[in-house]
Amino acid sequence: MTAVGDRAPARLPARPGRDGFGQLLHAEWTKFRTVRGWLIGMIVAALASVLMGLLTAGSAHIACRRPGLPPATGRGCLPGIPVGPGGEAVTDSFYFVHRQLGRDGSMTVRVSGLSGRYGADGGQAGGEQAGGGPPAMVPGLQPWSKAGVIIAANTRPGAAYAAMMATGQHGVRLQWNYTHDTAGLPGAASAAAPRWLRLTRAGDTLTGADSADGRHWSQVGTVTLPGLPASVPAGLFVASPQHVETSAFFGGSSGSNTGSEATAVFDHVALRGGDPGGQWSGGFVGGGPRAPYPLPAGEYRQAGGVFTVTGSGDIAPDVTGPGATFPSATIEDHLVGMFAGLIAVVVVAAMFMTAEYRRGLIRITLAASPRRGRVLAAKAVIVGAAAFAAGLVAAIVSVTAGTRLAGAEGIYVLPVSALTQVRVIAGSAALLAVSAVLALAIGALLRRTAAAVAAGIVVIVLPFILGVGSILPVGAADWLLRLTPAAGFAVQQSLPAYAQVNSAYTPAGGYYPLPPWAGFAVLCGYAALTLILAVILLRRRDA
Amino acid sequence: MNPASEAEGRVAAWSAERGASDESRRCHRARRHRVGSALRCPAGSHAVHAEWTKLRTVPGTGWLAAGAVAVTAAVSVLALAATRCPAGTACPVDTARLSLTGVQAGQAVVAVLAVLSIGSEYSTGMIRVTLAALPRRTELLAAKAAVVTGLALAAGTAAVACCLLAGRLLLPGQGFTPARGFGLLSVTDGPQLRAFAGSVLYLGLIGLLSVGLSVLIRDPGTAIGTVLGLLYLSPIIAAFLGGSPVWQHRVERYAPMSAGLAIQDTTGLHGLPVGPWGGLGVLAAWAGAALVAGAVALRWQDA
Repeated sequence: MTAVGDRAPARLPARPGRDGFGQLLHAEWTKFRTVRGWLIGMIVAALASVLMGLLTAGSAHIACRRPGLPPATGRGCLPGIPVGPGGEAVTDSFYFVHRQLGRDGSMTVRVSGLSGRYGADGGQAGGEQAGGGPPAMVPGLQPWSKAGVIIAANTRPGAAYAAMMATGQHGVRLQWNYTHDTAGLPGAASAAAPRWLRLTRAGDTLTGADSADGRHWSQVGTVTLPGLPASVPAGLFVASPQHVETSAFFGGSSGSNTGSEATAVFDHVALRGGDPGGQWSGGFVGGGPRAPYPLPAGEYRQAGGVFTVTGSGDIAPDVTGPGATFPSATIEDHLVGMFAGLIAVVVVAAMFMTAEYRRGLIRITLAASPRRGRVLAAKAVIVGAAAFAAGLVAAIVSVTAGTRLAGAEGIYVLPVSALTQVRVIAGSAALLAVSAVLALAIGALLRRTAAAVAAGIVVIVLPFILGVGSILPVGAADWLLRLTPAAGFAVQQSLPAYAQVNSAYTPAGGYYPLPPWAGFAVLCGYAALTLILAVILLRRRDA
Repeated sequence: MNPASEAEGRVAAWSAERGASDESRRCHRARRHRVGSALRCPAGSHAVHAEWTKLRTVPGTGWLAAGAVAVTAAVSVLALAATRCPAGTACPVDTARLSLTGVQAGQAVVAVLAVLSIGSEYSTGMIRVTLAALPRRTELLAAKAAVVTGLALAAGTAAVACCLLAGRLLLPGQGFTPARGFGLLSVTDGPQLRAFAGSVLYLGLIGLLSVGLSVLIRDPGTAIGTVLGLLYLSPIIAAFLGGSPVWQHRVERYAPMSAGLAIQDTTGLHGLPVGPWGGLGVLAAWAGAALVAGAVALRWQDA
């Protein structure tokens, strides 16, 4: 290949429609669709994905016992789970000492003590504590034990709210609507170092402020809760989530959880703009998977302006993993079958390239379309589109059917927003498409079917196995899922890892180290690099 | 035993040995000069020699064997480098298994080698020549399986030796010191010998399984996809079956890779779904079934 050849305009005048990319696409599509094995391969990819996913989803059998109710199985075990304003499943259970607040006003309080205790011995999650009675309690505060002021739309679980709180280990926080969390003053609240908290309401807008001395206030944040009723409950709350112990070394080992409670001492309680002549009343609010068991828990005492409130539970979004008190699943759990589809797609995509070499067809292909880069691009588009179509069908069927199947078995599938569902499903299909392009490029590099297929499968699937299979420690598994093509599976993660919920966020638990699109971008990067390398080599080497 | 009979025994053994080696040498010469018809060579010797020549003279074979060793060693070294046992922590790590992590990657290269030994015969049409020269098909398959398994065992031995060496060199630096109860890896330790030698056998069985399946499937791409799917999907399914321990247990007990790799376990054997030798037996059963199915297909189908 010489520069002269490139520059000399010695070509025949191009006939329109003969040398265009569209023509090339049509040619490659014709090749793809007329090889029966490849079409069958794509159908097998979709079928295998769905079947394997459903086998996994359909193999559980849940039986449960709850106090005062007959034993149940399957759907009868599904608890009613509150759903937050954002559509996510939440736990909303705490002890609430409240009065009614009008459209404008504020609630101020001083937290001068926060202590707690928790079950010492790993009582099993769910209703399995019948054996040994309640576990012994030992003193200790949970990192996310919460005590402070809260203004909520109503006292039903899942209501919109904003709260200023002192926490066990994370200082003062402003949290609202379950998923949002802003840090205020650091440090724990105690008699020596009390924390002043204030929540001001002006219509739908709530402003949180904190202070160490009650004179110098600093604003933590402003929150808008649209459609807040004119009269809302406002007051003091205490919650303490389950005590979770996870083995920090390996991702595969499970954690254990026990109930906990926290006790807070409040004074200087001032409600401005409240109902005239209203009385403080206390009560336990709500439920949810991380609610204390058995319900309810908590109490309050009032003496000379000092409120001592004991509570349990959490106000937080739900996540999978230790801490949940009943079996739950995420929508991506039903997409495990995509691995089977991925392997079938890799086989077809690699062959789509290597078959050209095996039969010498590549020489005809390149004679018909001498611009080699475009040939590879056309092939990538065709095989990627076919894989995307197969993946999309498989993902839609898997998620829809898997969710139903899990529900029938008594497994709660954590709901996510429609946008997230679209991202998980389309992302899974795109995962197959990009993997197909990667396999095609590897096929162009290696030219041997078996080697290309094996390389394609090993670089994508093996890091995933090593990452989630509790073979490597958590840190190493995280790096593996950041740096290898397996990072792309992050696009399937439907629930974010919440900093304000203590759980085991490991790859084995379905939490990837990279955000969904960043992980997917890593896979795309590998595919693009390999494709560029393949184009360069295709140009340099004889066919 | 008296000295006379001992001497007699030795002479008998020596002459038997010489006889055997004479015969094999004659067979070898006969093959070289194509005058073998008059000689009675041991059954299968021809076939094994022919298959070995075919495998040996394809340039890819050497690269793949070396690749299996390199990939196994590289992944093991990376896994060892990534696993640290910080001071003051109890590390529940099976150091032998950790050092052998690379086998999970190296098995793919062994599978490619095995699949290509069959698949390239079909994709080039060589199989018709092979069957014309060696019409007894079961014998042909046995010879191929023997040659491929032999090569897989040889590459596996080198690969596992690298893993052992890497483990001995790297583990103390990662905090797995004898003072904390992690002795240097050694093949004189019974369970560790089982893990390392068993991993070599594991790779040999992967070779056999791949030969059987690729005779059944013929197309090299589909065959390697099937082999790797059969191997790699089981640990993923098992990881996602947390909701149903019964099925998780079944998958880990009966799937070829999960069960076969139980041979690498040296600690916590009570909690395993299947014992080390039992697990390798499960893989052997898979390999045997694949070979039988392959043999039946080879006899019944046109090439």
